[in-house]
Amino acid sequence: MTTLVRLTPARAEAVTLPSVLRIGALRGMLEIKLFFRQRESVVFTFALPVILLVLFGQIFHGKIGHTGVDFRQYFIAGIIASGLMSTTFVNLGVGIAADRTDGTLRRLAGTPMSATAYFVGKAILALVVSALEVAILLAVGVALLGLQLPATPGRWITFGWVFALGAVTCSLLGIAVSCVAHSARSAPAVLNLPYLVLSFISGVYFVFSSLPKGLQQIAALFPLKWLCQGLRSVFLPDRLLAVEPAHSWELGRVALVLGVWLVASLVVCVRMFRWQRLGEQ
Amino acid sequence: MTQATGGTADCAVRVRGLRKRYGGKAAVDGIDLQVRRGEVFALLGPNGAGKTTTVEILEGYRSRDGGEVSVLGTDPARGGRAWRSRIGIVSQSESAPSELTVREMITHFSTYYPKARDPEEIIAAVGLQDQAASRLRRLSGGQRRRVDVALGLVGSPELLFLDEPTTGFDPQARRAFWDLVAGLAGDGMTIVLTTHYLDEAEALADRVAVLAAGRIAAIGTPGDLGGRATAAATVSWQAPDGPHAVLTQTPTCYVTELAASFGGEIPGLAVTRPSLEDRYLELITQNGALT
Repeated sequence: MTTLVRLTPARAEAVTLPSVLRIGALRGMLEIKLFFRQRESVVFTFALPVILLVLFGQIFHGKIGHTGVDFRQYFIAGIIASGLMSTTFVNLGVGIAADRTDGTLRRLAGTPMSATAYFVGKAILALVVSALEVAILLAVGVALLGLQLPATPGRWITFGWVFALGAVTCSLLGIAVSCVAHSARSAPAVLNLPYLVLSFISGVYFVFSSLPKGLQQIAALFPLKWLCQGLRSVFLPDRLLAVEPAHSWELGRVALVLGVWLVASLVVCVRMFRWQRLGEQ
Repeated sequence: MTQATGGTADCAVRVRGLRKRYGGKAAVDGIDLQVRRGEVFALLGPNGAGKTTTVEILEGYRSRDGGEVSVLGTDPARGGRAWRSRIGIVSQSESAPSELTVREMITHFSTYYPKARDPEEIIAAVGLQDQAASRLRRLSGGQRRRVDVALGLVGSPELLFLDEPTTGFDPQARRAFWDLVAGLAGDGMTIVLTTHYLDEAEALADRVAVLAAGRIAAIGTPGDLGGRATAAATVSWQAPDGPHAVLTQTPTCYVTELAASFGGEIPGLAVTRPSLEDRYLELITQNGALT
């Protein structure tokens, strides 16, 4: 601190606060920059599902029942769903718990940045990383595993809303769970355990209808099963309906269950999120 | 959020009867204080005296159990974004290591404020020009602390809170930091400082409050704290038979008489009042903070 420059006195005119959305967008860019500078998390987030995809593509062969559908295509839909849950639910939950533990939240609470801008930033991060993840998985699926992209606009529209609803629901759920996980150290366990269990019982690695009925019923209470089912309706031919438990894609029910989880998570976030500053929730 | 008028308009901080309990124990037990605009005000006291609790209530981080608090004319418990844009906070805890660079961090925080300063100017002011492109993770503790200070300043606050800002600084960095704070104060910024260091309070503060066991034990200018200016002085000198020292209420008369008896220069003459440290230790001992 040898070269001290004297600060010029601040101007004293009336002020308007910077807009919340602009700060939210700037925070989103900052979050993305930070994410890509943490190499371990980048590798883990993007490489793991690709490795699983390629590995399962080598291990499993054959058709599902009499449907003639290649099993490798079945689990592509599942791995995209589970990848989406990892980039939203796990990453956001762990990230926010880390922000709380390392003092980032507290520091932000001392500034005029609004809580909304913080969450807008997190939402942008989750959305960008999720979109990238899905794009990578689709590319690998098409290139290596013979996945066929949906041919009709209707299926792309379904893909759009299932992706968006799933991403928002899982993001909010991750934020809600981060309110329960008290420290950055416990957060990965608190988030990964339900994530892994749900991945195994929701039709990601196994054909859902081949699971024991009891597990199917438990999985049906949680969002991942419905996310997988919604994505199967996009990427797999209707011939597969023969082995779907309800013999239907049940898209209405997909929207309903994800929607209920969205609202419930939002309520928990609003009521439980400790922002560490007074005069604001 | 009414603007105070008349006698209180020049008050940046006004606290009356502030109380805060943790469990059954009173951390802050009835504090009254006022900080004038443009003043550098130091809160001095041992660990656990209630300094940080008091400051965190003023910053809006903590709720209080009783008393009235007004910071820039607003109750911190209800301070919104506009109010926050007028204060700067340098908390006790050092910022987290991050993969952002110094410049990115400071530039980003500047976007939160309506009257932000130029990030480059702030980086220069805290002496981090050479580290501007370094990631926070690679900085030393003292350098990271300067980033904290920069983030507290970037919104050009009217009121700056510095909670033990120089802990962990080397002597040279501390002097440079003092110069920075003196410069800010010279520009009219109101500063509320907590510190363990008596020399820091003495160098920077216009007024000092000594906190002990959640109460204000004394409040005044560093030179006059606890009646230091009028306390008995010690006159000491070297006589042919060895050193002498006398405690007197009237040192000037005593020295005049002594000079007459020596017929001129008094060898080894020194007149000392109790130091700030003497008074401080006396005050906190009297108030039961040291057990």
